[in-house]
Amino acid sequence: TSALCSLLSFVPPQSPAALGLVPRADRVNSGSHLASLLGLTDSGFSDSMEKMSRVTTALGGSVLTGRTMHCHLDAPANAISVCRDAAQVVVAGRSIFKIYAIEEEQFVEKLNLRVGRKPSLNLSCADVVWHQMDENLLATAATNGVVVTWNLGRPSRNKQDQLFTEHKRTVNKVCFHPTEAHVLLSGSQDGFMKCFDLRRKDSVSTFSGEATEAGQGRWWVMTGWVPVLPVLSCCVLRLHPSFAHGQMRDAECEDVLKTTWLLWRLCVAAPLGTLPSGPLFWATGQSESVRDVQFSIRDYFTFASTFENGNVQLWDIRRPDRCERMFTAHNGPVFCCDWHPEDRGWLATGGRDKMVKVWDMTTHRAKEMHCVQTIASVARVKWRPECRHHLATCSMMVDHNIYVWDVRRPFVPAAMFEEHRDVTTGIAWRHPHDPSFLLSGSKDSSLCQHLFRDASQPVERANPEGLCYGLFGDLAFAAKESLVAAESGRKPYTGDRRHPIFFKRKLDPAEPFAGLASSALSVFETEPGGSAMRWFVDTAERYALAGRPLAELCDHNAKVARELGRNQVAQTWTMLRTIYCSPGLLPTANLSHSVGKGGSCGLQLMNSFNLKDMAPGLGSETRLDRSKGDARSDTVLLDSSATLITNEDNEETEGSDVPADYLLGDVEGEDDELYLLDPEHTHPEEPECVLPQEAFPLRHEIVDTPPGPEHLQDKADSPHVSGSEADVASLAPMDSSFSLLSVSHALYDSRLPPDFFSVLVRDMLHFYAEQGDVQMAVSVLIVLGERVRKDIDEQTQEHWYTSYIDLLQRFRLWNVSNEVVKLSTSRAVSCLNQASTTLHVNCSHCKRPMSSRGWVCDRCHRCASMCAVCHHVVKGLFVWCQGCSHGGHLQHIMKWLEGSSHCPAGCGHLCEYS
Amino acid sequence: MAEGENEVRWDGLCSRDSTTRETALENIRQTILRKTEYLRSVKETPHRPSDRLSNTESSDGLNKLLAHLLMLSKRCPFKDVREKSEFILKSIQELGIRIPRPLGQGPSRFIPEKEILQVGSEDAQMHALFADSFAALGRLDNITLVMVFHPQYLESFLKTQHYLLQMDGPLPLHYRHYIGIMAAARHQCSYLVNLHVNDFLHVGGDPKWLNGLENAPQKLQNLGELNKVLAHRPWLITKEHIEGLLKAEEHSWSLAELVHAVVLLTHYHSLASFTFGCGISPEIHCDGGHTFRPPSVSNYCICDITNGNHSVDEMQVNSAENVSVSDSFFEVEALMEKMRQLQECRDEEEASQEEMASRFEIEKRESMFVFSSDDEEVTPARDVSRHFEDTSYGYKDFSRHGMHVPTFRVQDYCWEDHGYSLVNRLYPDVGQLIDEKFHIAYNLTYNTMAMHKDVDTSMLRRAIWNYIHCMFGIRYDDYDYGEINQLLDRSFKVYIKTVVCTPEKVTKRMYDSFWRQFKHSEKVHVNLLLIEARMQAELLYALRAITRYMT
Repeated sequence: TSALCSLLSFVPPQSPAALGLVPRADRVNSGSHLASLLGLTDSGFSDSMEKMSRVTTALGGSVLTGRTMHCHLDAPANAISVCRDAAQVVVAGRSIFKIYAIEEEQFVEKLNLRVGRKPSLNLSCADVVWHQMDENLLATAATNGVVVTWNLGRPSRNKQDQLFTEHKRTVNKVCFHPTEAHVLLSGSQDGFMKCFDLRRKDSVSTFSGEATEAGQGRWWVMTGWVPVLPVLSCCVLRLHPSFAHGQMRDAECEDVLKTTWLLWRLCVAAPLGTLPSGPLFWATGQSESVRDVQFSIRDYFTFASTFENGNVQLWDIRRPDRCERMFTAHNGPVFCCDWHPEDRGWLATGGRDKMVKVWDMTTHRAKEMHCVQTIASVARVKWRPECRHHLATCSMMVDHNIYVWDVRRPFVPAAMFEEHRDVTTGIAWRHPHDPSFLLSGSKDSSLCQHLFRDASQPVERANPEGLCYGLFGDLAFAAKESLVAAESGRKPYTGDRRHPIFFKRKLDPAEPFAGLASSALSVFETEPGGSAMRWFVDTAERYALAGRPLAELCDHNAKVARELGRNQVAQTWTMLRTIYCSPGLLPTANLSHSVGKGGSCGLQLMNSFNLKDMAPGLGSETRLDRSKGDARSDTVLLDSSATLITNEDNEETEGSDVPADYLLGDVEGEDDELYLLDPEHTHPEEPECVLPQEAFPLRHEIVDTPPGPEHLQDKADSPHVSGSEADVASLAPMDSSFSLLSVSHALYDSRLPPDFFSVLVRDMLHFYAEQGDVQMAVSVLIVLGERVRKDIDEQTQEHWYTSYIDLLQRFRLWNVSNEVVKLSTSRAVSCLNQASTTLHVNCSHCKRPMSSRGWVCDRCHRCASMCAVCHHVVKGLFVWCQGCSHGGHLQHIMKWLEGSSHCPAGCGHLCEYS
Repeated sequence: MAEGENEVRWDGLCSRDSTTRETALENIRQTILRKTEYLRSVKETPHRPSDRLSNTESSDGLNKLLAHLLMLSKRCPFKDVREKSEFILKSIQELGIRIPRPLGQGPSRFIPEKEILQVGSEDAQMHALFADSFAALGRLDNITLVMVFHPQYLESFLKTQHYLLQMDGPLPLHYRHYIGIMAAARHQCSYLVNLHVNDFLHVGGDPKWLNGLENAPQKLQNLGELNKVLAHRPWLITKEHIEGLLKAEEHSWSLAELVHAVVLLTHYHSLASFTFGCGISPEIHCDGGHTFRPPSVSNYCICDITNGNHSVDEMQVNSAENVSVSDSFFEVEALMEKMRQLQECRDEEEASQEEMASRFEIEKRESMFVFSSDDEEVTPARDVSRHFEDTSYGYKDFSRHGMHVPTFRVQDYCWEDHGYSLVNRLYPDVGQLIDEKFHIAYNLTYNTMAMHKDVDTSMLRRAIWNYIHCMFGIRYDDYDYGEINQLLDRSFKVYIKTVVCTPEKVTKRMYDSFWRQFKHSEKVHVNLLLIEARMQAELLYALRAITRYMT
């Protein structure tokens, strides 16, 4: 009660009767005193208090001016704080403590508070705060645990006022009461928060982070529990040999614990003789360090504190014995918190887990309202004045920028200040009612003023686009409408015909980003039947990539390709064989398969998305011109199937079906299709806003420069056919002359070294990859191995591999993809197999995740995944019924269910195996 | 006789399924019997010169198998395996083959075997830990058996080590073990080197690398310098070291790899400290852990000689029991009295700032005079020097060092705020694991001191922790270094300093002469504090250099 009495000296009384008792030896008068003298009740009081503070701090007609500027400090800053007149800023650090005046064009050093012969550790500041009521009052937190107050009104050079040496460890944070002149709060590494009345020599009350939440015992427990006899019927305590509990002072609980523990030792442990030494295995709850303390701006008596263990506590300053509320806000230390200046009960917290969270504390349980994920641990968070949803953050490590977030848009910062070269350690808005000036101090020894209008806005640089596959291969694509509208000439997403559906989101005035968020959504359906990629799956499964001599591999693969009707590919394989395997043995007959309609298979391979890609890939001017011309007619022709993207109206249009074989039709159509649905068709040659590639990363330029027709003519008689064929195809796929090309075997010079062809083979691989058939490229790469690898640069190879593996995995060809990974020679690819093969298992009895490797559950000490038939642990393929969750060895269950339809575990469930 | 047939697979024994273990053991038994038969048949037939070589080879192989079996019979957490292995050994002996027996006195040379938990008498929680450890490594090493004094810490330690060595990470598996070897070799810790040489070969490492660092890839050779500085004078690490590793063209390290390597290096440096600090004996199945000689031939082991303990008898003379009880009792009393005094007077008078600053300097300076007087020549039991270069480079006192190195201030770069974030960013999840380990080590207490209960030991633990950091030039602004002098007496300081800075020089005498009345479990506890504080200090310096490089 003594603490309470002393508190009365500054706490405004809740009943008017107490009024007369309050001594008022005030240094500076403020609105709050008036309010307290009027005897207002708590809530009314704070309202009027807020009005008062507005009066004293409002801009008062003078508008802040300034520009983005910075000045060099002599040493790294740890914290900054602004004077309430918004014209001065104090910078504090290990070896700096200065006040700067903020002028129009520059910072001007006004005062150096670091005086004295020998710099003492008391001056090594971890935090600094300027009183928001009193221009002369400052407080600093020193790294050695001292809290110092400074009175700028002192006439001497040394402005140091008072020294509080009560904390045993570094003080992380000091905080003045927003309206009360004499109340200072500090939070320290030693786990205590202390409240000082500046008129007294020592603290008036101490708050321990260890204190329990009102009316609720708290037991801190470690992992790996051993359930223990329910010794005391009322409390089901679960004990552990090495548990730590968090409440030392609560003697009652301790006794219960000790008794339970002793009994447990007597009954269980002693007979087994397992405990190596005698001590009671309980530990004092280590008090957790306090990282931040902040007075609530709206509630007079409330302050929040954050802790190193991730907790946030809410305190009533009149009740040092217990906190009002406690909850775990973050995983790991909570470095900072800030109360919302307007919304009562909104608290923003930032932690080492890289999150900023906004909590609503007005409800019974603290409710997480918003969560912003940043890229580095959050060191400071400050609400932006006059902008309800904005807050500024800076990070503790690695990231040097300051971000201003709109909490409703947690992925992209609203603004970004990139001035600092080392981590930002302190941020402060210059004036509590001006949202455009932000001050910051940094480890790079500089102080900055940032103007909001000079901030870079990542949102503007981002093109909001979304792409998603549906269950059956449908594709949805959404893009910012303005983006689409502004460049109305480009409607290339209509690669696949079907029913593109466009609609606009209704503007909702309540939505924060209505202007930005309106977008166009297109949905592309796949062909009914979905057999478009059947060839891919078949090829992938049937190709042989290793384990046999090259010639056999080539023959095998050629055969596979031929059977699938992919003659060009088959031909390529055959030719590879010719090139790399002793040519003399090769019967010419093998080559006599005409190239035939090879071109068409090449195209057939491509799904609609690759088609688009082909245009830039093959885009020679002439071709574009030609396709442009043709597009006109086709647009007319296919108008019924074409759907115009109408951004303005909300109409949903539907196109009629286009014949399924349209894609596989002639090439003219293919090309045209790119522009097919584009009525204006104004800038077809502009870089298209293309869909991200399904199969491989988009290349902006043609990677292979085709040797060109001249090349072909020069060496028309040389066995360059494979290369030239590719060239022809790439230049004019499906040219009628294509089929006329034939291999002139007679001129084949068997004595040419295989190296001679490597350029051609390389070009061929590039050709296939460009065309969308990365499968071919990778397969050939693997089969030929050393023979070509050196000719193709590592990165390209890696691209191909990853694209192909990605494709294979999309088709769930896990085995093939694994084989490819294994056979790849690229390090980046082959290590794919080593990464991320984690198996997460839950115990089938207690449903808890099984933390340890192996097959025994830590909690219930039973083997998980037992076979219901043979009652052994299943280690290979485990099949289980989704209805009753029993299962076992695949073979056993199959066998069992052949004979019976009931679950082998005897649970009575009728299991089905399909 | 095909060699492939004789390949013995031990991994089946790590299974938690008893039938799998049984079949695996049965296979082993048959292989061994076959080998034995073969050897006997060779012996009986007259020697041919060509045979002799293969004969010794295969008898070597057999001996290795037998040693492994011996280890299993003593150290496997599964009872069935222990019994069966013993049975196999017995049956082999009956066939007239000489079987090995363990050398030394249990897992630690410093701690009497009877004080250490016997395998087989552990409780459920410890058994789970043992089983985990055994399943992961195929052995239950002596370090684990000593650490199990503190199961809570052990759990975290094993989890971290498992993650570092076996789980997802930027470095290939054999690199990890090789780095472990490099780090342990810096302290001539043959125990760890032996273990990891086996592991290194097991994961497919190139045996050529083991001939010396110069046979390893250039990339690993580049790491040698960092290893050296980190082990002995971490305060000298600069961002240039980091840059040199990251920008070495085709041999350059990526940031993630480097952080992994740094964590491994620091882990093994401090583990070497633990190994020496607790006098860990060689593993039973490794060299020096067993003998085939009958017991009468020798009754002391080589490692004891090298450490100045010439025989078992002398060891017992040295041990704590013979020191007069009253003497050491007063020691504890005095220590507790000091703690009480410090607790009380702390609030009364405050030392001046200058005083506080000078106390750190004094402590720092004094720490360099703290060195054991008995400078015995210690020869490493196995030639491990080939794994590192520049053998002359050793610990040099922070304060004695010629050029001025600025004091490292924890308030400016600490593990919780900075180090953790950096590690977790570059090597996900490891920061969390190490953080947990530091926390457990720092906060571990049973509130006992020797025979006293309900003691708040936090002050003592903090003094130990800060003393170690002080030796590395790391200063806490909020700590009064005068406390160290009050709480840590000279023999304790000698022990701490030796374990942390030159672990290879730790002797049993040192171990015995500090805190004589304290339990072994408490001394192990001290060792845990030492190694974690050391690891954190090294990590802080390395990570700060990386941070500086990045900014």
